[in-house]
Amino acid sequence: MRPHDILMLDAAGLFCKPGGFHIDPVRPVNRAIVTHGHSDHARPGHGAVLATPETLDIMRLRYGNDFAGSVQAISYGQEIKLGDVSIVLHPAGHVLGSAQIAVTHGGVRIVASGDYKDVCDPTCAPFEVVPCDVFITEATFGLPVFLHGDPASEVGKLLASVALFPERAHLVGAYSLGKTQRVIALLREAGYDAPIYLHGAMDKVTRYYQSRGIALGDLRPVRGMKKADLAGAVTLAPPSATTDLWTRRFPDPVRAFASGWMRVRARARQRGIELPLVISDHADWTGLTRIIAATGAGEIWVTHGQEDALVRWCMTKGLVARPLALVGYGDEDGEGDTVGFSGGESNS
Amino acid sequence: MNRFAELLDRLAYEPGRNNKLRLITAYFRDTPDPDRGYALAALTGALSFKHAKAGLVRDLIAARVDPVLFALSYDYVGDLSETAALMWPTSSLAEGAMDDHHDSSPPPTLTNVVTTLRTLGKAELPAQLARWLDELDETGRWALLKLVTGAMRIGISARLAKTAAAALGGKDVHDVELIWPGLAPPYLDLFAWLEGRGERPVNRIPAPFRPVMLAHAIDDADFARLDAADFIAEWKWDGIRVQAVSGCDEHGNIATRLYSRTGEDITHSFPDLLPSLRREGSSEGRLNDSRKPFGAFRQQTFAIDGELLVVRDGRVQSFNVLQQRLNRKAVTSRLMKEFPIHLRAYDLLEDGDNDLRELPFEDRRRRLVDFIAALDDPRIDLSPRVAFATWGELAAARADPAAAGAGADADAIEGIMLKRCDASYLPGRPKGLWWKWKRDPRIIDAVLMYAQRGHGRRSSYYSDYTFGVWTAGEEGEQLVPVGKAYFGFTDEELVRIDRFVRRNTTESFGPVRHVLHEPDRGLVLEIAFEGLQRSARHKSGVAMRFPRINRLRWDKPPREADRLETLERMLTSEAAKSTGAGA
Repeated sequence: MRPHDILMLDAAGLFCKPGGFHIDPVRPVNRAIVTHGHSDHARPGHGAVLATPETLDIMRLRYGNDFAGSVQAISYGQEIKLGDVSIVLHPAGHVLGSAQIAVTHGGVRIVASGDYKDVCDPTCAPFEVVPCDVFITEATFGLPVFLHGDPASEVGKLLASVALFPERAHLVGAYSLGKTQRVIALLREAGYDAPIYLHGAMDKVTRYYQSRGIALGDLRPVRGMKKADLAGAVTLAPPSATTDLWTRRFPDPVRAFASGWMRVRARARQRGIELPLVISDHADWTGLTRIIAATGAGEIWVTHGQEDALVRWCMTKGLVARPLALVGYGDEDGEGDTVGFSGGESNS
Repeated sequence: MNRFAELLDRLAYEPGRNNKLRLITAYFRDTPDPDRGYALAALTGALSFKHAKAGLVRDLIAARVDPVLFALSYDYVGDLSETAALMWPTSSLAEGAMDDHHDSSPPPTLTNVVTTLRTLGKAELPAQLARWLDELDETGRWALLKLVTGAMRIGISARLAKTAAAALGGKDVHDVELIWPGLAPPYLDLFAWLEGRGERPVNRIPAPFRPVMLAHAIDDADFARLDAADFIAEWKWDGIRVQAVSGCDEHGNIATRLYSRTGEDITHSFPDLLPSLRREGSSEGRLNDSRKPFGAFRQQTFAIDGELLVVRDGRVQSFNVLQQRLNRKAVTSRLMKEFPIHLRAYDLLEDGDNDLRELPFEDRRRRLVDFIAALDDPRIDLSPRVAFATWGELAAARADPAAAGAGADADAIEGIMLKRCDASYLPGRPKGLWWKWKRDPRIIDAVLMYAQRGHGRRSSYYSDYTFGVWTAGEEGEQLVPVGKAYFGFTDEELVRIDRFVRRNTTESFGPVRHVLHEPDRGLVLEIAFEGLQRSARHKSGVAMRFPRINRLRWDKPPREADRLETLERMLTSEAAKSTGAGA
């Protein structure tokens, strides 16, 4: 069995013909396996959706109860069969509920990793290396310039700025699902125990994280707060909100943005960010190359992001590698984000 | 180095002028001599390291990383120093635990770097730079590379840095500017004076540059607020703005200098103009004080603000002609003969040791008229006034300079300068005193054909556009590229064009994307430009001056864009104007 007879591309995305399902399809299909809850991977309108319980919950929060004809929750490590194809979900370490999908058929195992990271994140299960023949990797930060460093020191920068400018509000742009909760958890780990304020768009999903037993401390809605009371406080908001009229309610805000893109100065300047925080939910260059090697896969398919560089690296290591032209996922354009936990949001 | 790197890094993100000033002043306050002085030198562009070129940085990084990965990264980041700083291989131990340098030497100070580089031979430079890069963290590496290659581009003008230094002693930047030409890094005497520990330093440069005064572009709406009687109008000549300065050092030796508007010394490029700027010797009897001791020296002290032009047979040539004389390595006698250089005087800033800058423009102009008359040199003349009583009359003059007194020189005029009669000569771009009113640009509709990523602030965006117009080709109608534009659009428009480019790429060749350009599918760009000339380098045979995007025509199908014939007609009419009126 050749790998591309098991998984192939069609108009909806990655299709498993022998199993009769798509992985993260970008248009409605009969049966979809969804890696995680970000809106570019988890879309509404499929006949059946298979995913982790958390991913299904997040899709429900985002799209309402009838987002799919039927759903099936699969826990990490539990094997299911679709036709002759065996499917197991493994933690991807990207956001709460995120999974890699191991597809085994005819003695060949392909792992579609979705989005992933291999560094410690107190808000989700840690990435698990799954040995396989073909590894499908993302390449959001697939350039050697992307080294994310230690997130604790980035949060340290934020807290130092709060101490330096107690008269100013600190407004941190962060994606609603995953990044927001991780930044809060990092702030708590750093010993910051003051109330943290949230933009309304992050409320639902953050409460869902808390309901899953993730400790995030004292969180308050920013709505209804007096301007003066936000001085010296940290507020998290969707990235687009940090540059619009909404920010007028804050006293002389310092604009921060928690994203792997902040590693490149021009990116921060383009967005008018004064305090770039390099905190990412995607693997950096070191992570990508380390994980690719660790899977033992002899063939690598590279998707959404900077495919060229990662394909090049694989080839210098003697691995067969090719870019997978998947469209519709958060790529370079994926910084476009919308206010609200209601689709269109990206995940960088 | 690290403290300086931190300052540069913060400045790079800080948009507010006042916050920038606060950051720099705080740095000067907290940083001891001589580090802060070298920092001031770096921020004012007073340091240059002749051996450290971009190519060296490229070689250093190329020897350490995969060249293909480097090329891809550089294309993405858009900044050589930053790419190299990010990719520089370090022990993973040093990164992320910056304060933990137990197994390497301490990072260099700014003074270490500057003083070492001053004496270091070219051959030793690569190894030294590599050692420093090993010792520094990412921000430090970035700052070091920016510093040594002299390409800081962090949005700090020399003036802003001097303003921040002046603030240290509660002084005005003007006080610093006055003595600046006599100062040298690390500016120990300047800081001593600013902190009240020393005397005010004395300017000992015989022919110093004086910061130039610049104009704002005028809008139609501005005229309603302005009274024509308050202003003097002159043509805005399309040459190079210069300052011709002369003076004597303490031994009585005369020094004559030509400076560009940014203060760059360009004297060596125009040796043919220098004799015209000498007033000693031949000036007997021309000025009264030439009989007094040192009178000759005194009268040789002056500063003229003006425009360099090429004048042939009494006719001012267009910028296209002047350009052929510029940027030549060797100034040959043939070049000087073919492109005779000329200074058209706008203003007189100093005359015989008298600083005239505080005087009203009207008075300075009067003295300038006398000065030029006394100089009596065919290579130097006065910028004529444009007579007008109402804004309507001035608009008519701007629309047709040839008929308004400029005659055959009209081709070298790019608009009108308006100067308040009562304005002092103030450095920078003070509001409301000088206005420039350019002639209407030429406009065509062209089709976007290729796009490349930009650099700096625009890196990772497709912001460099090659555009074309229609012409009849062998296989019917085809687009032929006629120019490139990099600016003229807003950030929001850039995001839209960038998205269009990504979604409509038909092919990629390295960094160049071919963008869909068919009669009914593609993007029409309204291009404004200043002038047109024949060019053998371009396939189309024409080249534009200052092309920029005037408007995005999302509404217009590419088939309705302009044709090459339109440009050729413009070219013919320009050529007719120059030959008809010229030689």
